[in-house]
Amino acid sequence: MSVDVPPTPLPRSTASDRRQPRMGKGNFELYAWVFMRVSGVLLVLLVLAHFAIMHVLGGGLDRVNFAFVSGRWANPFWRVYDFAMLTLALLHGGNGLRVIIDDYARTAYRRLVYLSLAATVVGLTWVLGTLTIFAFTPRG
Amino acid sequence: MRGLPTRPRRAVQEVTSARMQRLGTLYRGREGMWTWVLHRISGVAILFYLFAHVADQALVNVSPEAYDRVMDTYRNPFVGLLELGLAVLIVFHALNGLRIILFDFWSKGIARQRQMLWVQTVLFVLLATPAVVAIGGKVVAELRA
Repeated sequence: MSVDVPPTPLPRSTASDRRQPRMGKGNFELYAWVFMRVSGVLLVLLVLAHFAIMHVLGGGLDRVNFAFVSGRWANPFWRVYDFAMLTLALLHGGNGLRVIIDDYARTAYRRLVYLSLAATVVGLTWVLGTLTIFAFTPRG
Repeated sequence: MRGLPTRPRRAVQEVTSARMQRLGTLYRGREGMWTWVLHRISGVAILFYLFAHVADQALVNVSPEAYDRVMDTYRNPFVGLLELGLAVLIVFHALNGLRIILFDFWSKGIARQRQMLWVQTVLFVLLATPAVVAIGGKVVAELRA
């Protein structure tokens, strides 16, 4: 009778592998966790409706031009809708990117560089998007 | 005796434990890991698309002609395929995110994770089909013309 040799299990992560929380960070990670779930649910509704209207229904992008945008943004509802979607999407996506950078940046210096770059692009996109929505004057 | 254990259930348990021994964990190399990978990739791709989308939308404040000219460059099969990819990524990320929320807030979320993935797959097909038909139909029509 042969003796079964149990296969060697792959290494599991242990407590010492996990990133230790830095001092003085407070409950930031908890709030970020809650925010990802709340904004996620809202974004499912906002983005799927936005995508259906702009890309699927009534010919999709075929009919999207300056006149179409003018017609939509003549109604303040769609400006507030688009601003809410922009803000939530950038905060949700920005926080997701932060988590990914934390996972893969190999040194503290690189982490700082990647995070600064991400924050800059996210911030500039928010400013540009907000200006686009609210500085717009409908014509035609 | 609290009910006889049925043979199929036994067999499933044995297979599961053998897999767990081989893989070290139920997570690694299984659906859970791959949906996690896809969630990250789709999330980053959607965010990078958003940067570009805000930049092109800003052209409405440059001039109506500038905006319409750029929109016209999007009306071709190549951009149509990118649009199709975006639709698929958004639907996946949305549904997978809702499943993650159920892990955290539904008491049976973890125990039912495999059933939830099947439900997610069905919903994915239902939600992605209209976009694939609408956008894919245009791509096919443009390629034939």
